[in-house]
Amino acid sequence: MKNPKVLVMRTAGTNCDIETAFAFKLCSCRVDLMHINCIVKSKTPLKKYNILAIPGGFSYGDDIAAGKILSNELRYKLKDELKKFVSSGGLIIGICNGFQVLVKSGLLPGNKSFVQEVTLTVNDCNKFEDRWVYLKSNASLKKSKCIWTKGINEVIYLPVAHGEGKFVTKDKTVLNSLEKNNQIVFRYCDEQGLNGGYPVNPNGSVGDIAGVCDKTGRILGLMPHPERHIFNTQHPRWTRVKNSEPDGLKIFKNAANHFQKR
Amino acid sequence: MFYRIELREKKGSYDPVGATLCRDIKDLGIHSVKKVSFIHSFLIEGALSEKEITLIAQKLLVDDVTQEYSLTSFKYPLKDTYMIEVAYNRGVMDPVEQSFLKAAKDLNINNEIIVKTSRKYVLKGTLNSSQIQLITEKLLYNKLIQHIVKDQESLRLSFKSKKPAIDNFKPKAIDLINASDKELKQISIQMQLYLNIVEMRTIKDFFSSLNRNPTDCELETIAQTWSEHCNHKTLRGNIHYTENTFKDGRIVKKEIFIKNLLKQTIMKVTRLLKKSWCVSVFQDNSGIIRFDDKNNICFKVETHNHPSALEPFGGANTGIGGVIRDCLGTGLGAKPILNTDIFCFAYPDHPFKKVPAGLLHPKRVIKGVVSGVRDYGNKMGIPTVNGSVLFHDRFLGNPLVYCGTIGIMPKSKSFKRVNKSDLIVVVGGRTGRDGIHGATFSSSDLTHESEEVSSGAVQIGNPIEEKKVTDVILKARDKNLYTAITDCGAGGLSSAVGEMGSILGARVDLEKVPLKYDGLTYDEIWISESQERMVLSVQPRKINSLIKLFEEEDVEATVIGEFTGSKKLELFFHAHKVCDLDMDFLHDGVPRLEKKAEFSEPVPSKITFKQPKDLGAFLNKLLASYDICSKEWIIRQYDHEVQGSSVIKPLTGIVNDGPSDASVVRPVLNSKKAVAVSNGINFRYGMIDPFWMAASAIDEALRQIVCVGGSIERLAILDNFCWGNPDKPDKLGSLVRCAFGCYYAAGDFGVPFISGKDSLYNEFVSGKQTIDIPGTILISAMSVMDDATKAISMDFKNKGNLIYIVGNTFDELGASHYLDIINKDSTFVPKVNAKNAKKTMIKLHKAINKGLVKSCHDCSEGGMAVAVAEMCFAGAFGAKIDLTNVPFKAINQSELEDRDDVVLFSQSNSRFIIEVDPGNKAVLEETLKGVVFSPIGEVTGEKFLEIQGFSKKAIIKEDIFKLKESWQKTLRW
Repeated sequence: MKNPKVLVMRTAGTNCDIETAFAFKLCSCRVDLMHINCIVKSKTPLKKYNILAIPGGFSYGDDIAAGKILSNELRYKLKDELKKFVSSGGLIIGICNGFQVLVKSGLLPGNKSFVQEVTLTVNDCNKFEDRWVYLKSNASLKKSKCIWTKGINEVIYLPVAHGEGKFVTKDKTVLNSLEKNNQIVFRYCDEQGLNGGYPVNPNGSVGDIAGVCDKTGRILGLMPHPERHIFNTQHPRWTRVKNSEPDGLKIFKNAANHFQKR
Repeated sequence: MFYRIELREKKGSYDPVGATLCRDIKDLGIHSVKKVSFIHSFLIEGALSEKEITLIAQKLLVDDVTQEYSLTSFKYPLKDTYMIEVAYNRGVMDPVEQSFLKAAKDLNINNEIIVKTSRKYVLKGTLNSSQIQLITEKLLYNKLIQHIVKDQESLRLSFKSKKPAIDNFKPKAIDLINASDKELKQISIQMQLYLNIVEMRTIKDFFSSLNRNPTDCELETIAQTWSEHCNHKTLRGNIHYTENTFKDGRIVKKEIFIKNLLKQTIMKVTRLLKKSWCVSVFQDNSGIIRFDDKNNICFKVETHNHPSALEPFGGANTGIGGVIRDCLGTGLGAKPILNTDIFCFAYPDHPFKKVPAGLLHPKRVIKGVVSGVRDYGNKMGIPTVNGSVLFHDRFLGNPLVYCGTIGIMPKSKSFKRVNKSDLIVVVGGRTGRDGIHGATFSSSDLTHESEEVSSGAVQIGNPIEEKKVTDVILKARDKNLYTAITDCGAGGLSSAVGEMGSILGARVDLEKVPLKYDGLTYDEIWISESQERMVLSVQPRKINSLIKLFEEEDVEATVIGEFTGSKKLELFFHAHKVCDLDMDFLHDGVPRLEKKAEFSEPVPSKITFKQPKDLGAFLNKLLASYDICSKEWIIRQYDHEVQGSSVIKPLTGIVNDGPSDASVVRPVLNSKKAVAVSNGINFRYGMIDPFWMAASAIDEALRQIVCVGGSIERLAILDNFCWGNPDKPDKLGSLVRCAFGCYYAAGDFGVPFISGKDSLYNEFVSGKQTIDIPGTILISAMSVMDDATKAISMDFKNKGNLIYIVGNTFDELGASHYLDIINKDSTFVPKVNAKNAKKTMIKLHKAINKGLVKSCHDCSEGGMAVAVAEMCFAGAFGAKIDLTNVPFKAINQSELEDRDDVVLFSQSNSRFIIEVDPGNKAVLEETLKGVVFSPIGEVTGEKFLEIQGFSKKAIIKEDIFKLKESWQKTLRW
């Protein structure tokens, strides 16, 4: 198959669109940046793409709540198109604000009726924070279906930058089913992969959850920014240690490979 | 119908707003509040059904994983419980409204509705009325923009607006041609024109020659254009300057007549240096230099001091919003790639009781300003990568809030040109009464009769509107859809259109300007300073494509007039002519100001105290002092990595918390080319001699660029003067002396100024008390780096590496932090030998560029001891230093030779601490040949900073983690 086509969706307040598009381009994807008004108007575009990315930012100012207004827009204007896109094998990634949108629209952790079961709410520290965090991935578990995290290191290093990233589930049942289905892709941890309080877990997320996927493993949402670690010079300590492949890049490569190898 | 929908956290969900407020109340000294619950209210006026309101509540507002909603006010037990509801004043923009209306449309609710929000705080605990008042005033609201809701009915009334009466319309004429001097003065005061009598007479003469009186709108337009803010008439005026300085113990007197201070100092440097890479200096909204083969970059720094004093969040918020628009309005529009922010505040531990009436406590100012910058910068998606925070009690009345933005644009988009018959198009936010006159206003004036009254200078920004505008303007720019662009800043449309049409002339139909609400008069529309607006000039054949493009991204673009060729400014309101002014008079008619200026150097005073014993304790105190301590609490609240360009971040080191010097970003993702950005500021030196304050600030800004691997040979600087009242000769005198310092240092370093700004009259008067700021210059620097991977950071990298000091240390303790802590004075401020320093910086850059330097940090506040300590704890290594190897000369007081404390804490300029691999010793020393440098010790694997003094004994041996704790604990809020 040819290099996959990626649609990076943007709207008022999206602000990580260019670097997200760039990360996909580094992985030989063909990328279009498109305003949601344009997607809604023509309705056809989604079909032409293999991957949909909802980047970080403050969609509609995060007025009311982070990602809320855009998630409603998706639910009311693009529901059928999104359903078709997912069922026909398309991949979706939501980063930071994009994750908030996926969660609030019910696309993650995912059920057929687009009902919200988890949320991302105000950090326990009640402020926006930019800091690098270690993440323990569940990729080494054979049962993990997540396409985006295949073969990724057990502990990776990415920055978070958000004010509303505390992951909370509706109830214990939802949390248990996430665990059972291996949908918890990333958990905040320390350098050794062990859990800890603030700032190891920067926002107070339940179960240290930083990222989840849907049951098929095709939709990924995460608060940390993989697109901000695709060069060595983005690592906060690159002047101390020359590290190997930047951790964020692998995530985009996985998505590209998923189509290239078919 | 009027509806209220309320949201709060469900039982069992954490309420972070309530919890934070509970802590802040304890900080006020009130310990009886056990719990605070926060309720967010949405107030909706409009023809909606019960079903629709429920739909809004369920689908749009509530997040039912953690929240619950109510369609009436939530009930709470009355015993020992107090509820305070805070809402915006009429006319103050509520940023949520616009998003809410958009979201309602997504739900298929298309009825016309008005939406506001309010915040309710439910306090549980026993409180008396004065405690409630204290909490309310200190923590919950600012009466300039908000009020406490007394009852629902008054809240509802604040929604209403009044339609304007246009029947029987007549423009208002002001009788100027028959006015006496006394009356002229009165008119200036009554209309808040801030014009002096000479200026008023000039205007009177002009209209007398036309045989008519001006309209209010004409007078307002002239006042705006001639204002200090837009015209910089003090710095461009005539100044009679007298100077008394000391030379070899004798007073030397100089008298100089200055015709235009800026042209004779700041701008002259640039003219003389003739750098080929300077593209556009001092003419556009920001200064432009060459970046690479395809792109230019531009830089502007603004201040927003007065608004930030009144409403810290809104002031800082709109400050950053304004400077971003400066970049967007440069050439044909630049994409913002980074922000900087530099603040001067009063001490946060200032006693509450000693804050004069009418002023906010510094801690509240600090928190508000930081939140304001965070909100706007983060939402715009611009990394805030560099800054400084300084403290002094003289900033109690006027904090200084400097905001800067660097932008990038294609080379071909660096200039604008308005053509005859181009249409005038206003884009972005709508126009309201925001910022008119900065009029004094308080919410108590609110009655249901009054119109929407804005809170004068105080506004709140809407970053998402500006983000939308930025996105679509850059698209339109690349499609060549307009010929010129500028921002609506101070003076609003009046200055934007006035500036763009200054050569050709312009005609505007004011009723075409889209308004936030009805009822604005024509002159209010013309001078309103509503945020997030830009003005474009568009060729008629392109107007349809332009408007369509803007519509696609939900941004309003409206034709309001055209550039005529009449060389006049003509304004109409519903076909009535309300302004008809010659552009020549408007722009060149302002009479030159004549002012007196005096500067007297203080009588030299020496250090007489003996060296104290425990120098380690002083090092800890210095690290803990407000100016030097870690600013991590602030830095982390800013997104400093958005856009993916970050190379050297503001925090660095083994656990990402050491203090970087400059920051480095790589704005073009597939290129190694980078920009380093830094700042230099030290108002304390200016209290002794503003000449050396300026030179030191330039030296500091340059040093920091060199520290991260940047070169001073591709470096441009900006000046920002913040001063007190320039009508006072001593204030203006110190400003002149400062400008001379700029001229000297920039000239000898060979670095051009490309843009600048001044903010004068920073004085607070309350009864007999005047609090004036110390005259402060900020120097901002940007440098183009060819290869970002050559950048280095300031943290020690490995044990066994050698430590060198580069540059001479002198007995220059004047205005140092060490003297501040020990409570002594000296007038010997650090000077700069710019020619020598230039040589040092160029050679050091060469060494860094060759990869010979593992880490580099400059010696600034706190001197070399603080610099080495910071390098230690940032890298988690110890160090052994021998002071006797530091090149030192006592040039002011020979008796200070061999004083450990002087060498440790002197703040002499042009010095660096560098770390070098022993294997590179020879080649480094060869590279630095001709420059003063010396090995002073080595990096160790022990966790101690050990410094041996002139007695050959260890005078400091401190645990580096203890030092770090001292440095971090002060602002760990």
